[in-house]
Amino acid sequence: MATATDGVFEVDGQTDFESTGDPIHRTRKTAMWVFLGSEVFFFGAMIATFLLYRHTTNGGPGAEIFNIPFTSATSFVLLMSSLTMVLADNAFQKSDQRQGRIWLVGTALLGLAFLAGQIFEFTEFVNEGLKISTSPFGSSFYMLTGFHGMHVAGGVLMIALLVAFSLRRRLSPDQGMNVELVALYWHFVDIVWIVIFTVVYLLQI
Amino acid sequence: MASEAHAHPTPKTYWLIAAALAVATAIEIAIPYIEVLDPVRAPLLIAFGAAKFVTVVAVFMHLRYDLKGYRYVFSIAVVVAILMFIVMLAVFRAL
Repeated sequence: MATATDGVFEVDGQTDFESTGDPIHRTRKTAMWVFLGSEVFFFGAMIATFLLYRHTTNGGPGAEIFNIPFTSATSFVLLMSSLTMVLADNAFQKSDQRQGRIWLVGTALLGLAFLAGQIFEFTEFVNEGLKISTSPFGSSFYMLTGFHGMHVAGGVLMIALLVAFSLRRRLSPDQGMNVELVALYWHFVDIVWIVIFTVVYLLQI
Repeated sequence: MASEAHAHPTPKTYWLIAAALAVATAIEIAIPYIEVLDPVRAPLLIAFGAAKFVTVVAVFMHLRYDLKGYRYVFSIAVVVAILMFIVMLAVFRAL
């Protein structure tokens, strides 16, 4: 049986957080979780590949070229973008469109700052002789971090679309689910970076 | 059936969690530079990374407050991926 209390929808005694109770919403949210589950395999395979090749540098640069203080700063930026995203989601739940937009724009800017940091880092590494074709280490490193960067770029694009939708026709409560789905994706991108930062950077120095 | 409803986290909770994550990240970054921690460096870094991962998933992604089905879907994926990860590294003798 389904009941709704204080914005929390319950299905057979379980909480369906943020849902309006529409089965389509639950289906979309389930689909998003299944998609994120498949992404766990995608990144898990790439991280394992990096670990397999981490010492195969073919005489080229290896993990010693990592600039940990710089990457720590960009990691912190991405971590804080999860805070702004959850605050945006919270604001849209309360139908506070203006506040929601502000936090969404903040999230997109933090995402762009992370991407700018990654481009700077890649440029530095290429200047130091680490290209994608230099060694299996370089290939697996650029593939992993590059694909993650593409996911961040995709997230920034989705957030920009949410801001545009909100400005043009305001995201209505029944469309608020879109904000939550994008938020789930964005937080996932953040947790993947938590793993990459620990395994690829901190454990290799 | 008993209700499993949890209270909505408030913005204050989100700020506190973010502060805790920031502190955990600062400690994590410091660990490789503290020589006395060298023997336990890898387990410590993995523990901090795992704690941050679980915190973001549980609170920011609302998995702690949501339908159990979502929890199962994601948890099964993470567990199977970790097993795949270990098997792959073991097969190639990289563990």
